Amino acid sequence: MVKTPIYLDYSATTPVDPRVADKMIPYLTEKFGNPASRSHSFGWEADKAVEEAREQVAALVNADPKEIIWTSGATESNNLALKGAAHFYSGKGKHLITVKTEHKAVLDTCRELERQGFEVTYLGVKEDGLIDIEEFKAAIRPDTILASVMFVNNEIGVIQDIPQLGEICRSKGVIFHVDSAQAAGKVDIDLAKLKVDLMSFSGHKVYGPKGIGALYVRRKPRVRLEAQMHGGGHERGMRSGTLPTHQIVGMGEAFAIAKREMHAENERIRMLRDKLFKGVSDIEEVHLNGDMESRIAGNLNVSFNFVEGESLIMAIKDLAVSSGSACTSASLEPSYVLKALGRNDELAHSSIRFTIGRFTTEEEIDYAVKLLHEKIGKLREMSPLWEMYKDGIDLDTVQWAAH
Amino acid sequence: MAYSEKVLDHYENPRNVGSFDKDSADIGTGMVGAPACGDVMKLQIRVNDQGVIEDAKFKTYGCGSAIASSSLVTEWVKGKTLDEAMALKNTQIAEELALPPVKIHCSILAEDAIKAAVADYKQKHGAGGEYVACQPVEEN
Repeated sequence: MVKTPIYLDYSATTPVDPRVADKMIPYLTEKFGNPASRSHSFGWEADKAVEEAREQVAALVNADPKEIIWTSGATESNNLALKGAAHFYSGKGKHLITVKTEHKAVLDTCRELERQGFEVTYLGVKEDGLIDIEEFKAAIRPDTILASVMFVNNEIGVIQDIPQLGEICRSKGVIFHVDSAQAAGKVDIDLAKLKVDLMSFSGHKVYGPKGIGALYVRRKPRVRLEAQMHGGGHERGMRSGTLPTHQIVGMGEAFAIAKREMHAENERIRMLRDKLFKGVSDIEEVHLNGDMESRIAGNLNVSFNFVEGESLIMAIKDLAVSSGSACTSASLEPSYVLKALGRNDELAHSSIRFTIGRFTTEEEIDYAVKLLHEKIGKLREMSPLWEMYKDGIDLDTVQWAAH
Repeated sequence: MAYSEKVLDHYENPRNVGSFDKDSADIGTGMVGAPACGDVMKLQIRVNDQGVIEDAKFKTYGCGSAIASSSLVTEWVKGKTLDEAMALKNTQIAEELALPPVKIHCSILAEDAIKAAVADYKQKHGAGGEYVACQPVEEN
């Protein structure tokens, strides 16, 4: 018997791996020192743990530990990267480039920079969710100082061509920021090869704790940032604030586990994802959102046409899934990411994101497939749009009364 | 989002789901909403010679509150005269289902649906007067 609800929302957050939790606990109780205390062993012990964790995070992405700055999470990392670089290099130019499908932490930061007098180009994406490289090239101007593109999209899981975008930015002298919150531990990241200057990471997307993240800041060629948080000058002045040792230890351990296990784990997760996709593919009018090839193993985003997403989520309450991203599921607006893909309103309103992770089992996937078949049938029986579709009416030709 | 018990009950055991033949003389059909807004309601009534609603059916594409609102309305209009059905207010629906503010538009849609169905029936019977099914709604 499968225990419900079944968690299929690993892109929203992940449980802390028990191995990570075990390693964190001593740093809350006996090893509680402030890593900035230089005058006694409590501080030295905490500092050692922080530096070990820095090495672990750097190792997953092949960076120098000195290039890793601790933050409170990927949202703060994105803020620090974008505002910090834009402010520092504003003498060179005031133009930034990003993408319409970015996370709100990037988009809202860009809006704020626009209020401060910067100009931002928001690139569209192709129907598969990927950037048109030529369009990206064409958007770069002489006064462009920074481009920000996410590695993996949080809603549809597509992987952007970061190596190529990096080459373009480097050749044009544009600082390149990459939000890797959804990529770390899921795709190979080699910062010795990638021409990326700034990269954001999150702890809780990789089976680490919430409230901790990191920003990679390249040293060669050196990238400089204006601090957004002022105080004791921690993290080489880029981010003041007492370091939360236990959180950092947790993120370090989580990244170390990811480095050891991610390839085998990806295979297992991909098998489950493909099983889920195959299981729902025989339902009529199921549409995959985003490219299937350039996509992380654990993501499946599909639209069940003529069934509204919120009522579907209610019907499949044994499954913890989301429609759109968790940040927008309280609003009535359809997902802006799916709209950017050119999906029509019905399909955007009908989308469900399933994200599979470390603790998902095959039995859970089987249960999910069975439940989806049952409930989609029931909701379609209730759907006037489904009835019209079955009667051969083209819904695009219907004159709807707007409300 | 937390739903009230009544919404959950109507959602899980919707009353009167289905369709009547919309071309039949004793049937009035109201279709309101738009896919772009995330909800479409189709409400149908069967009216006898005395002008009393004998039966009602609905189909709804929308959230749980939209489904519950339309399900509730089909129960309420049965046995009512057309005029009584026209007097039904969205506030009664919202109150009965304890809808949160962001879901009030679902009850407005259900009121519109019943009005549109009555108007359709009256039009078939030469009573005239076309009813505009969908009024602009204030965004919350």
